[in-house]
Amino acid sequence: MAVSVRIPTILRPLTGGAAEVASEGDTLAQVLDKLESDHPGLKQRVLDGDGKVRRFVNVYVGDEDVRFAQGLETPTPDGAQVSIIPAVAGG
Amino acid sequence: MTTTTTPRTFGPALGLSCRECGETYDIGPRYACELCFGPLEVAYDFGGVTRDSIAAGPRNIWRYRGLLPVPDHVTDTPNTEPGCTRLVRADGLASALGLRRLWLKDDTGNPTHSFKDRVVAVALAAARELGFKVLACPSTGNLANAVAAASARGGIKSVVFVPHDLEQQKITTTAVYGGTLMAVEGNYDDVNRLASELAGEFEEWAFVNVNVRPYYAEGSKTLGYEIAEQLGWRLPGQVVVPVASGSQLTKVDKAFRELGTLGLVDETPYRVFGAQATGCSPVAQAYKAGHDVVQPVRPSTIAKSLAIGNPADGPYVLDIARRTGGAVEDVTDDEVVEGMTLLARTEGIFAETAGGVTVAVLKKLVESGKLDPEAETAAIISGDGLKTLDAVSAVARPTATIAPTVEAFRAVHDKAGI
Repeated sequence: MAVSVRIPTILRPLTGGAAEVASEGDTLAQVLDKLESDHPGLKQRVLDGDGKVRRFVNVYVGDEDVRFAQGLETPTPDGAQVSIIPAVAGG
Repeated sequence: MTTTTTPRTFGPALGLSCRECGETYDIGPRYACELCFGPLEVAYDFGGVTRDSIAAGPRNIWRYRGLLPVPDHVTDTPNTEPGCTRLVRADGLASALGLRRLWLKDDTGNPTHSFKDRVVAVALAAARELGFKVLACPSTGNLANAVAAASARGGIKSVVFVPHDLEQQKITTTAVYGGTLMAVEGNYDDVNRLASELAGEFEEWAFVNVNVRPYYAEGSKTLGYEIAEQLGWRLPGQVVVPVASGSQLTKVDKAFRELGTLGLVDETPYRVFGAQATGCSPVAQAYKAGHDVVQPVRPSTIAKSLAIGNPADGPYVLDIARRTGGAVEDVTDDEVVEGMTLLARTEGIFAETAGGVTVAVLKKLVESGKLDPEAETAAIISGDGLKTLDAVSAVARPTATIAPTVEAFRAVHDKAGI
């Protein structure tokens, strides 16, 4: 499915400076694969050596943190907004 | 925003390094490693900091400026001058809990009544050096107070984002300082996410706990420095610290280690304990399950200042608790209220819900034998109870309401055995 992906500042050098890029796939894993083919190097910045979302990255499909959903197998319906955001603490 | 007209100066800070992979970066408004998203930390070359040089400094956190990423002239610009709060020898609470010696670091005494004044003061100093003109933050309330006040005093703009259902006291004690206050329809994690996205759009704003976080977080080290200095330059054997993002706990540990390395204290062993509310206890749950990563949760607790469901420094809290032989424990909301009243009734200190969490966890750790009752213990009371009145308003009531007559008083007096 066609989705839109928000790219954090530190990954924008890989997207030619774009803050938002198009991708597609039925699941987050497929969306990331398509991103990787369009913007080589991006996937390994989001996933660790074991292929899991890095512990200091939060990925959302819509408003849902994928860690609360099905992780990389979270469905990405047509028109979904995917956001990749560095984890920061607050208080 | 990276341009400044004067040379940047960050005192003993040399640069930034990734806590995960070790990649190094120049000092700047960056917070996440470009390679692995790991948090960046300030790297230092500490010069000749001595007990005497510290003692010769002002009675606020700037006495430790030789250990912070701030310019030496930080004392010359208007700021809230936090720190040097009381270290209270808490014999009454110690007796109630069965501890031999207990110290409470009473950070309700800061200018906006929480430890957040410490971190914001360092963030403001760094933001000035980095050339930012706006101070911003997502907040559970205490940080909102501190940013709004520091900005007012510092003469710069502030933009603060809070959950819309925050305690009314914390709304009022932010809005009163002026600046922009945005109430966001969501919980803290939603607000934090929004701020993280906005930080990518409004690059001329210093989000204190986002893009200037490496500097901001260092301010919490001053809690550890002060505890050691107020104990006569030594470390307590055990310390109990509330855990929201986990940053405060990691920085207290860092402060103790730095003081030991610099020879300012003897490197005596200490154990670090984390305190959470059960309704938002992702770090405690991970600790008990033996995990080294933290599964995010959706918070549901009266301890809103600790209600961060996705705590970024959680993994480091786990590392420190295990390395030092400490633990991370959690308590129910009822226990939080009991902790608040126990503290108030034994020590005359009215702490906010986070302080109730700390005291209740302290109690639980003693009862379960995890805390050594013979070892000297310090606990951090991070904020003021006047900010969370609703938590105890049901149990903190008049003994009786009477007519203005001696007879009416006598009737109650005789009955209640006052």
